Amino acid sequence: MLPELSHAEIMRYSRHLLIPEVSLEGQRKLKAASVLLVGTGGLGSPVALYLAAAGIGRIGIVDYDVVDESNLQRQVIHGSSQVGQLKVDSARQRMLDVNPHIQVETYNEAFTSENAMRIARGYDLIIDGTDNFPTRYLVNDVCVLLGIPNVYGSIFRFEGQVSVFDARRGPCYRCLFPEPPPPGMVPSCAEGGVLGILPGTVGTLQATEAIKLILGIGQPLIGKLLLYDALDLSFQYVKLRKNPKCKICGPNPEVTELIDYEAFCGVPGHDHDESSAGVGWDIEPQDLAERLSHGIPVHLIDVREPNEAEISHIPGAELIPLGQLPERMAALNSADDVVLFCRSGSRSTRALQLLVSAGFRKVKNLRGGINAWVREVDPTQPVY
Amino acid sequence: MATLRLSTPLRPYVEGKAELTLDGDTVADTMRSLTEQYPTLRAHLFNSQGELRPFVHLFINNEDIRHLQGLDTPVHPEDRLMLVPSIAGG
Repeated sequence: MLPELSHAEIMRYSRHLLIPEVSLEGQRKLKAASVLLVGTGGLGSPVALYLAAAGIGRIGIVDYDVVDESNLQRQVIHGSSQVGQLKVDSARQRMLDVNPHIQVETYNEAFTSENAMRIARGYDLIIDGTDNFPTRYLVNDVCVLLGIPNVYGSIFRFEGQVSVFDARRGPCYRCLFPEPPPPGMVPSCAEGGVLGILPGTVGTLQATEAIKLILGIGQPLIGKLLLYDALDLSFQYVKLRKNPKCKICGPNPEVTELIDYEAFCGVPGHDHDESSAGVGWDIEPQDLAERLSHGIPVHLIDVREPNEAEISHIPGAELIPLGQLPERMAALNSADDVVLFCRSGSRSTRALQLLVSAGFRKVKNLRGGINAWVREVDPTQPVY
Repeated sequence: MATLRLSTPLRPYVEGKAELTLDGDTVADTMRSLTEQYPTLRAHLFNSQGELRPFVHLFINNEDIRHLQGLDTPVHPEDRLMLVPSIAGG
């Protein structure tokens, strides 16, 4: 039995009710539906706003983070006055302001193997608005095990990917990507950046797919991957097929329950800004400042991109973007004391690993990157 | 010459280009021509056995080469190839 709509709801949804493909019955389906949104960041913001506005009866939102100033360039559900608030609280407040007729459940926790089934059970579908590989594999496996669709969206700089993974009717995320890339090979948005409006486009497409699935109209993106490039505004579709060797949705599945996704991907399950790798190879900003002030020779290497070096810099540093390091390594002297730095320490950790595996031993990683340097040594420059 | 489109994360290894034209009668030939021109790309696309890495897809006219003849798939001058790695940003 679908729920009835009140007069106030009928007035609110009149533009939906006018569409024959939606009409009263469709709007009642939306009211009866429950959608779990994992992540209330760049992708999650437009998804949450549009699902709320559309009248999805029950929306669950999962996020462990608080609103940060640097989120506001793209996470449009949050505002300046919410900086420091829990993202789930900030999002819920905004969603209920958009539409007080809906129910918003908040889960202020990281989505993990331990809590995922408890959280997800009872929802009709999940929208993947996460920002890291471990949680994407987790969302996929939860959806396959529960037999519900996974509305997938992913972004990088100017480019987005969208699909609907429904293992009952087509491939799952693991069919497409059986294994994650090695840690560090594909930069995150925190490292590589993202055009703020990009998750707006991609998240809106995810919300569209979710609403189509609930209404049972149109052609869902099952068995297709949409590749969107904002630079030439191109939308390209490629065909996806079920992988007969898929470890979770194939005929002989190896994965029959949730696993340790951080171990599977070799990285933490959230978008760490600070580097925790390379312990023992780190140098503190204050220690570096002291060495420089005493005139101790240090070969400082900035592994960021040239556009970042325009924002902040350490005097005397040589700019060698991480991508160029393998070919320029031969010009470095392994007898020199080398200190590597980037924005926050992730890329310089990879640079350090490259140099160490090439035989460099007198090499250090500036802990926390130039942002830590600016905070602790040179506050005249901006943190970004 | 077939046209290859590269996803954003791979563009730093090809001087920032989005599209390239490549010679070759098979996918393997075109990939050889690509990685000879841009050697640092090789490790991002292929493992030490020369197989395409599991987080990279190569599509030819919107079909995954894994569902065709893999690296032996024939390539015609009018074909459009696309290299798509997994991305995780959100």
